Amino acid sequence: MQYLHKYASPKFFYVFAGKLTPWLAALTVLLLAAGLYLGLFIAPADYQQGESYRIMFIHVPAAWMSMFIYACMAGAGAIALVWNVKLFEMFAANCAPVGASFTFLALATGSLWGKPMWGAWWAWDARLTSELILFFLYIGYMSLEASIDDPRRAARAAAIVALVGVVNIPVIHFSVEWWNTLHQPASVSKMGTPSIHPSMLAPLLLMAVGFTVYFFTVALMRMRNEILERERHTTWVAQLLENES
Amino acid sequence: MGGYGFYVWSSYGLALLVLLLNLYLPLRRRKTVRRLLHEFLRLKRSLQPGSE
Repeated sequence: MQYLHKYASPKFFYVFAGKLTPWLAALTVLLLAAGLYLGLFIAPADYQQGESYRIMFIHVPAAWMSMFIYACMAGAGAIALVWNVKLFEMFAANCAPVGASFTFLALATGSLWGKPMWGAWWAWDARLTSELILFFLYIGYMSLEASIDDPRRAARAAAIVALVGVVNIPVIHFSVEWWNTLHQPASVSKMGTPSIHPSMLAPLLLMAVGFTVYFFTVALMRMRNEILERERHTTWVAQLLENES
Repeated sequence: MGGYGFYVWSSYGLALLVLLLNLYLPLRRRKTVRRLLHEFLRLKRSLQPGSE
């Protein structure tokens, strides 16, 4: 616990995150460039879906991110609730807008993929509906967070909402198995061999890891801003700004 | 893109937009926060008794 509090001290974290972000940003660019190159130029067209399947390289990682970020947000919220660590509060709050935008991206690209393949922009299918609910959970979280003035109370209330909404994550994941959906079942399963050719799996995973590193990059940038704002009364912030000017 | 150009490029375009927006927002916020903080500290110093 004492380590958690040392490394979770806002001052230490501000400096540490500042050193880390340029490296994470560079890594994001490398991963996404490699993923795009393999996905758009090297991977062959699909024998059933032709070129349209290339939407997958955006759609699937975006959908994974929408769930991963939600899990991070709820997990950080729980830690903040139990141990009262300010840094986790800030992390949770800053997950929400990024997660909401990835959810939007998953829904929009799904729609753009559904139109040519299914003949419809939207269907009230279990997978699509549960993902839409996830989007509304993010929006609800952000509205609640923004509606309470005291940041600590706002974080606690929002964390409870996030934790309740966690039930939706397994529902999204298993929706294609539990219900007879229009949406296709998973191609990349954690257990066993994935039913997708390596030439298509490689760009998919590169894009997914790229999105993940991107998420941490922008989350750290957001947190640094919030730390400065919240710690404005402290001497270290005053010193930091004085040294710059 | 075998007749699917519109759908594929719209998807990649949207992805680019989402990535750029999420990068732009914290950068803009950083500028605002710093400007406000400099002002805040200047005010705080000028209000302190004993300073000039």
